[in-house]
Amino acid sequence: MMHQDRSRPARTGRIRASLLPLAAAFATLLTTANLAVAEVAGGTVKIGVINDQAGPLSDLAGPGSVAAARLAIEDFQKLSPSVKVELVTADHQNKPDIGAQIVRRWYDAEAVDAVFDVGNSAVALAVQSIAKERGKLVVYSAVGTVDITGKQCSPTGLAWLHDNYNLVSGPIRKLKSQGLDPWFFIAADYAFGRNMVQESQAMLASAGGRTAGSVFHPLGNADYGSFLLQAQASGAKVVAFANAGEQLVSAMKQWNEFGMGAAGQTPVALLMFLTDVHSMGLQIAQGLTTMTAWYWDLNDDTRAFAKRFFGMRGTMPTAPQAAVYSAILHYLKAVAATGSDDTATVLAKMRATPVDDFYAPGATLRADNKLVHDFYLVQAKKPAELDRPWAYYKVVETVKPADAYRPLSESECPLVVARPK
Amino acid sequence: MFEILGVPAQALFGQLLLGLINGSFYAILSLGLAVIFGLLNIINFSHGAQYMMGAFVAWMCLNYLGINYWAALLLAPLVVGATGIAIERLLLKRIAHFDHLYGLLLTFGLALIIQGVFRNQYGSSGLPYQIPPELRGGQNLGFMFLPYYRGWVVVASLAVCLATWFLIEKTKLGAYLRAATENPTLTQAFGINVPLLVTLTYGFGVALAGFAGVLAAPIYSVNPNMGADLIIVVFAVVVIGGMGSILGAIITGFSLGLIEGLTKVFYPEASATVIFIIMVLVLLVRPAGLFGRAA
Amino acid sequence: MADIASTDAPAAGLSVREIDDGTERLHRILMIGIAVALVIAPFVTYPVFVMKVMCFALFALAFNLLLGFGGLLSFGQAAYFGMASYVCAYAAKFWGLSPELAILSGTAVATLIGLVFGALAIRRQGIYFAMITLALAQMAFFFSLQTPGFTGGEDGIQAVPRGRLFGLIDIADDRALYWLVAAIFMGGLLLIYRIIHSPFGQVCTAIRDNEPRAISLGYRTNRYKLVVFVLSAALAGLAGATKAIVFQLASLTDVHWSMSGEVVLMTLVGGLGTIFGPIAGALVIVSMQNFLASLGSWVLVVQGVIFVVCVLTFREGIVGIIAKWSKRPL
Repeated sequence: MMHQDRSRPARTGRIRASLLPLAAAFATLLTTANLAVAEVAGGTVKIGVINDQAGPLSDLAGPGSVAAARLAIEDFQKLSPSVKVELVTADHQNKPDIGAQIVRRWYDAEAVDAVFDVGNSAVALAVQSIAKERGKLVVYSAVGTVDITGKQCSPTGLAWLHDNYNLVSGPIRKLKSQGLDPWFFIAADYAFGRNMVQESQAMLASAGGRTAGSVFHPLGNADYGSFLLQAQASGAKVVAFANAGEQLVSAMKQWNEFGMGAAGQTPVALLMFLTDVHSMGLQIAQGLTTMTAWYWDLNDDTRAFAKRFFGMRGTMPTAPQAAVYSAILHYLKAVAATGSDDTATVLAKMRATPVDDFYAPGATLRADNKLVHDFYLVQAKKPAELDRPWAYYKVVETVKPADAYRPLSESECPLVVARPK
Repeated sequence: MFEILGVPAQALFGQLLLGLINGSFYAILSLGLAVIFGLLNIINFSHGAQYMMGAFVAWMCLNYLGINYWAALLLAPLVVGATGIAIERLLLKRIAHFDHLYGLLLTFGLALIIQGVFRNQYGSSGLPYQIPPELRGGQNLGFMFLPYYRGWVVVASLAVCLATWFLIEKTKLGAYLRAATENPTLTQAFGINVPLLVTLTYGFGVALAGFAGVLAAPIYSVNPNMGADLIIVVFAVVVIGGMGSILGAIITGFSLGLIEGLTKVFYPEASATVIFIIMVLVLLVRPAGLFGRAA
Repeated sequence: MADIASTDAPAAGLSVREIDDGTERLHRILMIGIAVALVIAPFVTYPVFVMKVMCFALFALAFNLLLGFGGLLSFGQAAYFGMASYVCAYAAKFWGLSPELAILSGTAVATLIGLVFGALAIRRQGIYFAMITLALAQMAFFFSLQTPGFTGGEDGIQAVPRGRLFGLIDIADDRALYWLVAAIFMGGLLLIYRIIHSPFGQVCTAIRDNEPRAISLGYRTNRYKLVVFVLSAALAGLAGATKAIVFQLASLTDVHWSMSGEVVLMTLVGGLGTIFGPIAGALVIVSMQNFLASLGSWVLVVQGVIFVVCVLTFREGIVGIIAKWSKRPL
């Protein structure tokens, strides 16, 4: 049991008077009190992984997240063979009503203790309110909206991977500091695209940078030639894409076709996954800068996990998939340590214990329920630099949480209590 | 330099040219759809999926068989056309005498199956495909940089559209086809094998979609979803042109590309919706589309 | 295309003449059967699932009224369903309206949109009619996307409060809400049944079967078509608004064209031009979605195969086939 330091979790030192230490201390009491009597309801911990299994998000999360979940359970069983774990999975087809209905049923009728991944902002927001009402745990992986730990944060909803603020912070700070300015934005005309551009512009402005222009295209758009010409004419030094998956792939293909790189502009993908680079090929993707919470080729531990994952799926794990592994393992360890599947008990334990795995070693949860960990600013290699399959990125810089997270003092999350004057 | 609504005229020329190029995809796709509708009276909802198949076959040719882009440009439409012939013979034939809503539903189901199979096999994020080396680079036209590949797309699609128009309007085979469209029973009575004609027509229309897919592979993302949203736009193009009108489909395809190009400059968010606004306006003024004959 | 109901679903297509006492009694028994099933359902299955089925069944019934009995194929039903769901969610969340008023305001907006869209669309026939409704619905979708302040963009309007019915009865609990949804559904079903068997419904069926003849008999067919169009839009809106309260959210999914396709599918699977078909269709499709959700990446293929098999083997739909066997319009 880790009693020391519980009242002052690492890296949240700047919240001097948040309720967190109090809550943690209280939870410690509860935990120790419960240990004697608590037990896992039904004798089995039941966890659910819900995501897009066949649609546009299925490569970056999808069945791969389920595989990551199985690996986490496998590793957990080695540590605590006596705890029974059951995994259920579902496809929300990116429809909030279907996602909401499944999660409702899981919590209400099927005794699911915690839900993982979700991976679509609209579905996540729907799931958030259901989990909150029922006091059940949900841990998000690739959910970009800042609202999930901002305006609509919940005591039981944890964000394990990234949000739009994290993703835009790295490229803007780094490239701006290299004198690359002004910026032009090509974004999907969807809430995430608009939100990313808004966050970027605010961050850019505070760093003394300038926006040369922005265009918002419909989601199904296939031709970016028109927008690339507009970006070229704007005189911007950086062209940032705030769209996802196939749109980014098409846009970058045409970036090369129109010889944009030769004209001296730097491309940035505000939201990109390893599978997108795989789909473009390095010929197209080379030089593209992006921010990621995790990359499989960081060190021996990450490579060891990647190898196991590759054995199951035939692809390397993406950051969201690794996050699902980490979240589930951390959750199960907390269940084993407390001997309970009661949300408050387990959550207190999860808060009190730093994450111990290859994904985010030493990371802790902060008051708005975001996991605080390092990010990596990465760049797609040149084709000639590719020495092993799937080793597409070179790490430009490790971004420390202080530079990647919105300070808690600016948080809109009601759980974060304002400092007393 | 003079400006139009705040946009330099030269930049606008560039945008118009790009619009025209995008219009060539609409033209080939809507042409195929119009040919099929003309004779089979069904709305081929799997057209988008067959366009996607064209791109994937090009990828398979390159990666499994080492066949390059130029050969794929011929081979992929043949492969896609052959699957089309199988679909017509095995499935569409059985429902030919029912309302064409059923044809639409059947092909919609087929589109789901095709998409699903490709997604299971190749994932959803897509596959890399390069521009053939002969067409890399481009030419600075003064007002814009025109990639050679785009130039090729316009030339290729115009050639295919004109050839199709010639085939249908000026040859004997085309005459049979038009006769069968007009009155299948009578044409059959004259000793022309109408069922065969129908099968070949479907195969041909679908092959056009496959051809467009190969053209698209080097510049658009090659993924199982690539045709899913396109179908409804192309469908709108055909309706604006007048259902079943060959010339209407071609002209409307190119002009809507232009209009979409302009929208991308002045109101990019609306570039996917403008086509539907035009459709409503056209149908309110001309009940059977621009080039269609009133029912 | 507009005459699909009369040409392709021979036994299923209901004409009022065929109604005799026995059939009427059968319908009454079926209505009571449905009501009894609804009373038992929440105790044996998951109530949210049944509520979802009821919302979609009402949506499909509304579509069937338009196509099966009015002969008008609309590809844009999602506009009324989705917009009503937005308005209802917005009214409940930001104006604090009680659920019945929120649902009513959603329905009212859908009715208005139906009136405007209908007035434009009924001037064209067949496939062109269908395409105008599709195009107008795409504009409604575009509007939803462009007004994130109202619709919340693709995140939708979330965490809609269920509130208190008439300001009194708390319906936050699924069981309590269930009875409200069941009442709305039964009300909608009975209303549609009434409309179909009214003199107005008879004229609509006559127009569906042969419009020139109806005109020559002195009917102003466009006026009848418009009314049936608006009625269908209003009922679709009622279904959409109710769904917003059930799921406590309204999202872009509901205005997307694939939703318009889904309702066509439900109606066809159940049996076009039958009275009870759409209910069976909604039940089948919603259960299928539920079941397929755990099937992973094969969802699309399985869905596609079901489509193809349906079209090839039973075009009359489930209830249509039963009606053919039993030789009674259902």
